[in-house]
Amino acid sequence: MTKLSFFLGCIAPNRYPGIEASTKKTLNKLGIELEDLEGASCCPAPGVFRSFDKTTWLALASRNITLSEVMGDDILTVCNGCFGSLTDANNVLKEDAELKAEVNKILAQIGKEFKGTQDVRHIVEYLYQEVGPEKIKEAVTNPLDLRVAVHYGCHMVKPSKERHLGSVEKPTFFDELVEATGATSVDYEDKMACCGAGGGARTAVIDTTLKLVDKKLDNIEAANADCVVDACPFCHLQFDVGQTEIKKKFEKEHGMPVLHYSQLLGLAMGFTPEELGIDQNFVENSKFIERIRGGVK
Amino acid sequence: MSDVIKTSNLNPTFRQEVFEEPGAEKITLCFNCTGCTSGCPMAEQEPEYNIRKFLRMANLGMKDELLNSPYIWYCTTCYKCQERCPQGVQNVDALLKIRTIAVHDGIMLGPHKKVGQIVIKLGHAVPINDDTKEKRKKLGLDELPPTVHRFADAMDEVRKLMQIVGFDKIVAEEGEK
Repeated sequence: MTKLSFFLGCIAPNRYPGIEASTKKTLNKLGIELEDLEGASCCPAPGVFRSFDKTTWLALASRNITLSEVMGDDILTVCNGCFGSLTDANNVLKEDAELKAEVNKILAQIGKEFKGTQDVRHIVEYLYQEVGPEKIKEAVTNPLDLRVAVHYGCHMVKPSKERHLGSVEKPTFFDELVEATGATSVDYEDKMACCGAGGGARTAVIDTTLKLVDKKLDNIEAANADCVVDACPFCHLQFDVGQTEIKKKFEKEHGMPVLHYSQLLGLAMGFTPEELGIDQNFVENSKFIERIRGGVK
Repeated sequence: MSDVIKTSNLNPTFRQEVFEEPGAEKITLCFNCTGCTSGCPMAEQEPEYNIRKFLRMANLGMKDELLNSPYIWYCTTCYKCQERCPQGVQNVDALLKIRTIAVHDGIMLGPHKKVGQIVIKLGHAVPINDDTKEKRKKLGLDELPPTVHRFADAMDEVRKLMQIVGFDKIVAEEGEK
């Protein structure tokens, strides 16, 4: 059995625990063992912490990575932000010996050392590259007849100099994984556009960032999608909580169900929406859940 | 008509500070194609947010004006501009460096300071709350995730790290520094 250390980050465990539960359930079915990365902290949030102070960013990120080094497992993230922050920190420390020595001087004061022995993975690219859509298809017991608007988010594929996952303008790997569940990935305008949450922008200027996600939701609705499927709890929050904020601030209702890929895969593997926490979204989505319960047709 | 830029107000060493970030020095190769701003999702919603203009201001040495612009905080770091730049300017990395210089000059937005303080206190930028504790229980998960939230010694390590690097001082409120 392949083993990975599960890095939770902040928003999955502390706002959308359904993503945490779904990831454990679905990867277990695929023969991947997840061990909790006990005592991990915020990754820390890349756009914010790296903006403020690079040393703080590297100190916190490297501490999280050292936890996985002790376990001898690569890190699995379920969030584009955590993936970006930990990957960038891991890469720069592996490449720059001087910086590594500087960071290790700091880490030594809490009895830790960054060695650079592990890799950081994201659930979507990991499933695509290490398991593959064909194997995922084999694990599907309840093919989903859904029209899905795939949202890659930004930091899974960008900056490409650090990610190496192919095209950033028209990638297909996430769509292939979605279609492996039986669902149809629908094309929509500005599909690769940002949700607006990152870089500390949601914290700083929420109303403007809501305009970005509002436009995305308009485009997704125009394509007659049944739901959004994302790869990042922060995008997930911007889409889901964002809809409640758009309703309040712009008096506009979208009513779009939002799922993380682990939750979509869980449905296709026969888990109930409740077991996957899909009913715990902030946007009311009982009609969608009824439809799923009615045989996922 | 744009305002006249007075050379006496320019800071001749500022751009060298920004150029410490690899790829930021390529700002000097910008020929104003506007590929960065024309595809920018934030510029579409907020025209005052103009990363091309900010990087040109950095190159000219318009330090004070740039660091005090509220719009340098609008970037969502989507990296679309950086991917598209035909001259290889690392736009986003350069803007993050500009933000770092601002923060170390004591210019920081209140909400960002708060996020920093929360991480020092609780180890998470988005910490647990009662609503999520209930949701976790319904899913059969432990009320607290197996992160710094559950392990006090891990939280102590994080807090100590923040003190060593001086982050506590960076996000301290005025008067507490």
